[in-house]
Amino acid sequence: MAAADIFASRARWRWPELAFWACTLLPYAVTPAYLQLASQIAITALFALSLDLIVGYAGLVSLGHAAYFGLGSYAAGLLAKHGWGEPLSGLLLAGLVGGIAGYLSSHVIVRFRHLALIMLTLGFGLLLAEAANSAHAITGGADGLQGVRMGTLLGFKFDLYGRTAYGYSLFTLFLCFLACRRIIHSPFGLALRGIRENSVRMTAIGAPSRAHLRKVYTISAVLAGIAGGLLAQTTETVSLEVLSFGRSADVLVILILGGAGRLYGGLVGAMLYMVARDQFSGVNPQYWYFWIGLLLIGVVMFLPNGVLGGIGRFLPRRA
Amino acid sequence: MQSLVGVLFDGLAYGMLLFLLSAGLSVTLGMMNFVNLAHCAFAMIGGYVAVTLTNSMGWPFLAALPMAFLAAALVSIALERTLYRRLYRASELDQCLFTIGVVFVSIAGAAWFFGTVQQSIETPGYLRGTFQLFGMSFARYRAFLIAFAGAITLALLAGLEYTRFGARVRAAVDNQRMARGLGIDVDRTFALTFAVGGGLAGLGGALAVEMIGLDNAFAFTYLVYVLIVVAVGGLGSIGGSLLAAALLGVSDMAGKYYVPSLGAFLIYLVMVGLLMWRPAGLFGKR
Repeated sequence: MAAADIFASRARWRWPELAFWACTLLPYAVTPAYLQLASQIAITALFALSLDLIVGYAGLVSLGHAAYFGLGSYAAGLLAKHGWGEPLSGLLLAGLVGGIAGYLSSHVIVRFRHLALIMLTLGFGLLLAEAANSAHAITGGADGLQGVRMGTLLGFKFDLYGRTAYGYSLFTLFLCFLACRRIIHSPFGLALRGIRENSVRMTAIGAPSRAHLRKVYTISAVLAGIAGGLLAQTTETVSLEVLSFGRSADVLVILILGGAGRLYGGLVGAMLYMVARDQFSGVNPQYWYFWIGLLLIGVVMFLPNGVLGGIGRFLPRRA
Repeated sequence: MQSLVGVLFDGLAYGMLLFLLSAGLSVTLGMMNFVNLAHCAFAMIGGYVAVTLTNSMGWPFLAALPMAFLAAALVSIALERTLYRRLYRASELDQCLFTIGVVFVSIAGAAWFFGTVQQSIETPGYLRGTFQLFGMSFARYRAFLIAFAGAITLALLAGLEYTRFGARVRAAVDNQRMARGLGIDVDRTFALTFAVGGGLAGLGGALAVEMIGLDNAFAFTYLVYVLIVVAVGGLGSIGGSLLAAALLGVSDMAGKYYVPSLGAFLIYLVMVGLLMWRPAGLFGKR
C-alpha cells in the first residue's frame, strides 16, 4: 500500500465516531435542564483536546496551559465589555491572542524537556495569573470581570437555559475537532508522534523537530484561547480562576483520565470528570473530592493509559 | 539593617521548612523516577498527628514531633508496599493521575476528620515570643526551626555520605540498573528511602502548623512549592534541595517584605530564571 493510501485509510470515518457525534446532540432531547453543564463540558473538552495535541501527540507535558485559555477568556470578555458584543469576532480574537502568546512562548518552551519543561510552563502560568491579579484596573482582579454583555449569535440570543450556548460550544468544538483530526492524520501529525517517541532520531533523519514543536504548540494555544473565549462568552463573566494552576492541573487530569494521545481522550475525559463532579458535589457537597480521587485511582489501577486506552486493550486491534 | 537581617532570618526559617517538605520527594523522584504528587499528603498526616497529640491529648510539643515523623513514615511505607509499587512501570502520566487521586482523597479525608478550618498548635512557652541579639529581635520559634532543621539536614547528609545504606541510595540514584547489577536490593532501598522521605515531610508538616498554618487543602497548596524546590535543586540531590529551598524561602520573604504588591511574583520569577539557566537544576545531573 502506498503511503498516501495508509494516510487515507487511517483518516476514514468509522461508525463509532459518527455515533459519538450524533450522541452529542442528545442533551437537547434527554436532559434539557443540563444544557449549561453540557456547554461547560464541550468547552472543557475543547481545552483538553488542545492540550492533547502537545501532551499526547508531541510529548510536551504542560502544567500551565490555562495561560492561553485565560488570555483567550480575557480577550473575549474585554472586547464584549467595551461594547463589541458580537460573539464570532470575539472568538476569533480570543484564538488570535492565545495563538500569539503561544507562538512567542513556544520559542522558549521547546528548548526544555522533562521536569524543567513542566516547571517552566507552570512558572509562566503562575506569573501570568499573578500579573492578572495585579492588573486590577483591566481585569477586575479577584472580583472578576464584570459587565460582559453578549450580543446575539447570528440572530440567536444567549438564553438562561443554555440552548444557544450549548449549540455554539458544541459546533465550535466540532470544527476544532475536525481541524485536529486533519492535523493528526497528516504527515505533520506523524512527525509529531515521531518526535514524542524519539526526538534525537527524528532530528537525525532530517525532521526539523523544534520547528514542528513550535508549530503544534502555537496551534494548541489557539485552540485553548478559543475555548477560553467560549467560556467568557457563554457565562458572560471572567474570573481569575481561568488562569489558575487549578485549571491547568484539572485539564491535565481530564486528558489523562480519558486517555492522552487519542483524539477522543480529552472529550471522553471531560464528560466523565465533569459529570462525575456535578453528581458527586450534588450528593455530597463537602466530600466530593473523595469520590473523584477514588475514580482517578480506580482508572489507573484497572484501565491504564486512561479510559480509552484501557478499553482499547479489550478490543481487537485493527490492521 | 534590621529589616535585611530579619528577611534573611525569616526566609531561612521558611526555606528550612520547604526543605523538610521536599527532601524526600527529591530523592525518591531521582531514584525511581516515580512522580509522587501526593508527597504533601504525608506532610498533612504529620501535621494533624502533631495537632491532635498536643491539643487534645496534652503531649508536649517536642514529644509530638517524633510521632509525626513515625506516623507519616508508617503511612507512606504502607502505601508504597500496597499501591505505589504496582505503578513503577506505569507511564509518568498514569503516575501523575494516580497520585493526584491520592491527593484528592487525602483532602476529603482531612475535611472529614478535622473540618476545613485552619489548625493551630499549642507550642511550649519557651518557643513563643522573641529574643534579643545584637540589638535585634528574633522570633524564638523560627530560630528553633532553623536549628532543628539544620541538625536534621546534617544528620541526613552524614547518613547519606558515611553509612552503607546511604551509599546504596546514592548508587541507586546515580544508576539504578548498575546498582541492581551489583546486587543492591534497589526495591528495598527505595521502600526505606520512601518511608524516611515521607517521615521528613510529616515532620515538616508538624513544624509548619505554627508558621504557615495547616488546613485540609495543604496537600494541594504546597505541592507547587515542593515541586519548585525539587526542580530547582536537581533530582536526587539533598544539597541542591537545601540550597534551592533556602534561596526560594529568602526570595519569597524578600518579595513579600519589600514589594508586597507583587505578591508571590518573585518566587516564580526566581524559579523560571534558575531553570532557564540550569534546566537540570542547580545540582542535577540529568
